[in-house]
Amino acid sequence: MNMASNKPLCLSGKGVTKIFGFGRTRTVAVDHVEFSFHEGEIVSIVGESGSGKTTLAKMLLGLISTTEGEIYFQGKLRDISSGKKKQEYWRNIQAIFQDPFSAYNTFHKIDAVLLDCIRMRGGGGLPREKKVELMTEACSFVNLKFAELTNKYPFELSGGQMQRLMIARIFLLKPKILIADEPTSMIDACSRATILDYLMKLRDETGMTLIFITHDIGLAYYVSDTVYIMEHGKIVESGTADNVILRPQQPYTKRLLNDVPKIYEEWDLSTV
Amino acid sequence: MADVMLEVRDLTTKYITRYKEDVYAVDHVSLKVEEGKTLGIAGESGCGKSTLALSLMGYYFPPLHYTSGEIIIDGQNITGMKPDDVRKSILGREIAYIPQAAMNALNPTRKIIDFIGDVVRAHDPTWTKKMVHDHARSLFETLGLPAEVLQKYPVELSGGMKQRTVIAVAVTLSPKVLIADEPSSALDVTSQKMVIKMLRDMMESGFIKAMIFITHELPLLYNVADEIMVMYAGQIVEQGSSKQLVFDPLHPYSKGLMGSIIVPESGLRDVKLTAIPGTPPNLKNPPDGCRFAERCKYVRPECKVTSVMLNPAGYGRGYRCVVPEPELRRFYEHGE
Repeated sequence: MNMASNKPLCLSGKGVTKIFGFGRTRTVAVDHVEFSFHEGEIVSIVGESGSGKTTLAKMLLGLISTTEGEIYFQGKLRDISSGKKKQEYWRNIQAIFQDPFSAYNTFHKIDAVLLDCIRMRGGGGLPREKKVELMTEACSFVNLKFAELTNKYPFELSGGQMQRLMIARIFLLKPKILIADEPTSMIDACSRATILDYLMKLRDETGMTLIFITHDIGLAYYVSDTVYIMEHGKIVESGTADNVILRPQQPYTKRLLNDVPKIYEEWDLSTV
Repeated sequence: MADVMLEVRDLTTKYITRYKEDVYAVDHVSLKVEEGKTLGIAGESGCGKSTLALSLMGYYFPPLHYTSGEIIIDGQNITGMKPDDVRKSILGREIAYIPQAAMNALNPTRKIIDFIGDVVRAHDPTWTKKMVHDHARSLFETLGLPAEVLQKYPVELSGGMKQRTVIAVAVTLSPKVLIADEPSSALDVTSQKMVIKMLRDMMESGFIKAMIFITHELPLLYNVADEIMVMYAGQIVEQGSSKQLVFDPLHPYSKGLMGSIIVPESGLRDVKLTAIPGTPPNLKNPPDGCRFAERCKYVRPECKVTSVMLNPAGYGRGYRCVVPEPELRRFYEHGE
């Protein structure tokens, strides 16, 4: 079933731990987590609020350090000790966050946002026409018209448009890994399908690894090949989407699934 | 037939912006809720769901203004009442409202019991401290909440408990109709279920007589509501029982909305999610004819001219589209 597991490893971790604070305020946010993500795989990390899924995502991105444990990128131990190496790493791993409204610099026009991506890919010296061509291509990938966007500021767009522009950015950057932290929780259900479609199309075209961080177990089931369930910083269950969601083994996963409102099965309210 | 608890006839309300433009966020809405029933309202953000909830209370403050229509709660017409009278005798007693993100509205420096005291005294200042305490304790017992919570500060409570407490404060005077605007969307699934169970129990024990439940989460709405109304650009575009709406939507917009449902059940992975392209119209100058025409797959020339009316009864099946039902069904069957 899981075809992606035959592919080479893209990102993996051993005993990854994050502890915030010390003494009385010591909080173990992520507790000895093991994972292995393969190239071109769609992975979901599912958990309730406070389960440590966003902390894990931040560690994967290298935005915060790990307290313990190692993260391997393409089989080699990840090295982000210097600023230069970090930049190198970020060329390979990118993220889309929950809130598209706060992801942009309000003072930068949309052209600047996209030009930045071209520069990051080493296209800073290209002639202007070539850059516009690239930007137009990226925008049309997510069904936006670049000609209408140029000279606009991010706040002039709707939430769905901003999130699509985020995907256009990723299209230009073509990273190896994309981490999508609740990419659809701030937008409407009917635009949600669009965003998911673009993300999956992006995966099909570029073969990137897509990591969804979400609390929406239905979404995780719909998009992913592999699902990881997190509880209190630990991964309690993982496996193919069909196995984890339709045949859960752990009591926590069972409870989670039991508590989600469904439409084909009876939603049992007596068990709370 | 059961008593009608809340009836709304042709209600229109508008926002007046800073530039003196009229924005009709609720446009000729009629609805009826019978005793013991829950009416669900669905729609994407900006379609007027929350404005409708605010308008139903009959208490308007700028920039929201009343234009026309009638609101009748349990036989009592509250349109045209003075705002102060509405506040004193209607809000809290007849109709109560849980706004969105209500759990963040609790004043962190006051205990839960004080919030209940406030509500009670706003309607009857003669209540003593002891009466408030006794009332609050019995209220919490009825609702199945622990009485210790009363002496706690909001920060000491979890998100789910805070939300349930807010609901308890809203229903302190056992109103007939409860309007719940996204009461569980900020919560985890387990807390969400507890909130829903509490609302369901309140309905079953007759503590509240009818409920209007607003959310954009369709699987949840399907489980909570007896009837569903789908709102688009300030208008109701389709109404019917929740089964009809979810499994057999007629209006192209509802069809698109229901096609975006994601639930963790087998078979979902083979379903192709539908997306509705485009954005809702600007309500400052809504288009003539059908407001969904711009985004509709099945648009025809007459759509942009004729304004279609929903069946005016306020309940039962109805949809707002020029295309007759058999033809719509044929479209959906052939996937075109």
